[in-house]
Amino acid sequence: MSTEGQSAESPNPSPLEDPAAPAVVQQGSEPLLAVSGLHVEFRTQEGVARVLNGVRYHVDAGETLAVLGESGSGKSVTANTVMGILEMPPAAITAGEIRFRGEDLLTASASRRREVRGEGIAMIFQDALSALNPVFTVGFQIEEQLRKRRGMSRKDARKRAIELLDLVRIPNAKGRVRQFPHEFSGGMRQRAMIAMSLALDPEVLIADEPTTALDVTVQAQIMDLLAEIQRERNMGMILITHDLGVVAEVADRIAVMYAGRIVEEADVHSIYRKPGHPYTRALMDSMPRLDQRGQELNTIKGLPPSLTAIPEGCPFHPRCPLAIDLCREKDPELLTIAEGRVSACHRSDELMRDE
Amino acid sequence: MGRYVARRLLQLIPVFIGTTFLIYLLVWALPGDPFAGKCGERPCPESFVAVMREKFNMDDPLFIQYGKYLLNLLQGDFGETFSGTSVGTLISNAYPVTIRLALIALLFEALIGVIAGILTGLRGRGFMDNLVLVSTLFLIAIPTFVTGYLVQTVFGLQLGWIAPTVSGNASWGELLAPGFVLASVSMAYVARLTRTSIAENKRADFVRTAVAKGQPQHRVVGVHLLRNSAIPVVTFLGTDLGALMGGAIVTEGIFNINGIGGLVFRSIARQEGTTVTGVVVLLVIVYLVMNLLVDLLYAVLDPRIRYD
Repeated sequence: MSTEGQSAESPNPSPLEDPAAPAVVQQGSEPLLAVSGLHVEFRTQEGVARVLNGVRYHVDAGETLAVLGESGSGKSVTANTVMGILEMPPAAITAGEIRFRGEDLLTASASRRREVRGEGIAMIFQDALSALNPVFTVGFQIEEQLRKRRGMSRKDARKRAIELLDLVRIPNAKGRVRQFPHEFSGGMRQRAMIAMSLALDPEVLIADEPTTALDVTVQAQIMDLLAEIQRERNMGMILITHDLGVVAEVADRIAVMYAGRIVEEADVHSIYRKPGHPYTRALMDSMPRLDQRGQELNTIKGLPPSLTAIPEGCPFHPRCPLAIDLCREKDPELLTIAEGRVSACHRSDELMRDE
Repeated sequence: MGRYVARRLLQLIPVFIGTTFLIYLLVWALPGDPFAGKCGERPCPESFVAVMREKFNMDDPLFIQYGKYLLNLLQGDFGETFSGTSVGTLISNAYPVTIRLALIALLFEALIGVIAGILTGLRGRGFMDNLVLVSTLFLIAIPTFVTGYLVQTVFGLQLGWIAPTVSGNASWGELLAPGFVLASVSMAYVARLTRTSIAENKRADFVRTAVAKGQPQHRVVGVHLLRNSAIPVVTFLGTDLGALMGGAIVTEGIFNINGIGGLVFRSIARQEGTTVTGVVVLLVIVYLVMNLLVDLLYAVLDPRIRYD
């Protein structure tokens, strides 16, 4: 059985004793997970919504990529497409590649894709209360992975589940393992979800707004926990968020999404120092700042475009303070603007030049 | 949990007293002379009526009558009919038949209803879905007596597949067709309830999580989806069993089954107050206990429900 083979490949059943995750075998210079040219449409009665229009990003082992963008920019749809949990129909993948360790997942068989889920790429969802099954204990939901996919006995799976709950710092893990999701607090639930996603030692962890449903103090704890686990296990992490503060702390690179495309991608330091796209700059400007107290908060004027009618040219031009005639006519390509930085803006040169 | 059950059982006492009293009141307040026509062509002799009135405490004030009845009932004595048959015997003859009929009906509801619901709920729109929606609509719209006579005429009289009426001992096999008729309406409801419940849960986040975990399809559906979708369906089936245990006057009448429904019907017609009260008291208790069981089952199915 292929799952047996998978487990044999990872000779490290307990990262508690040995925090180093299984060595990532890089095939050539291929990144661990690479999405390219991904187009996804939603075919509804109101028309075709072009939700993703050529998304590309990649993540390496031990690296955190933050995907930023407004609601509806396609962050979660990209993640769901990578996981293969997009509801099709109404969604349809019209073009693109998702390469995990060089293997194109979009052309892989259904059973191979299922193997990759949880084992290769795992995902944490936004609202842990609805994402966990209400009628099964937290322990059951973690052990299910270990028993059904690793062939562990009930006893071993229970032991391992308790270890995992300990790992995500749930107090009294032994007692908690027998409780139901509704008996956990919000933060604890998200921790339990993280524990569940780690059960099969995934190489890539996708966290879809993992802290949105939590209060601020708990948010920080969860982010710290995620960052720590990611570091210890040398996982690749894709962090979907709209919280710029969180991003600055934990991300290595940032990909900014707008209207279903990547408009800018850069390492976290240079993007904060000097955004290479007007949308990124507007996002940064709309962050509340302590040194601008009493002033009115900057916002981005207008609404994100309707995905059934994305404007001609650059999709951001109706809201862009720098828009010129060219922006209304020609959709800018994603071009390298500096070492390791890309931006899709006709005027990115000027942005990079001026102080 | 224990305290909850105890409280619910204690609640049975006032309900028991209240229902018995109401029914007693209604039955004895019925107009007409219970002894009219009991002695053939002539009116009953004075002496006979006097003996009977004495025996059934009919000259006492209502509350005394009721008190005496209740006292006997608590000792397990359901009393006698005017002709001297023990009501207890009547019940113990009729009730097993009703229980058999109820169980068969429940089986039909559960099997056919749930399977139809699962098939349509999982597949979504399509031929199967339309077929189930239309056929359940028919079943819900057609009264049981129509379905009953139809089944009896077509399968019993024309095709001869079943006996048109059920014999005195009412065996399991004989009760299949009447059970199906009795189940038909609820079966349609179960199918629709299951279908809706599955269709709703199919899009639930926890199902998406199960898929994202890489669990195989049969586990996503069989464990995560069905377990959650079963909650309202099981509740409905439980409540319906309580109702089925109360007898089925129409179905029993069509197929000539000597169940509890027919017994109540005949006793009301003949003004056999003791029998009516006795049977209804029993049915009330059965219904209340069934409801309690359903409520307890609910907590087993859905851990979010907590009593106390």
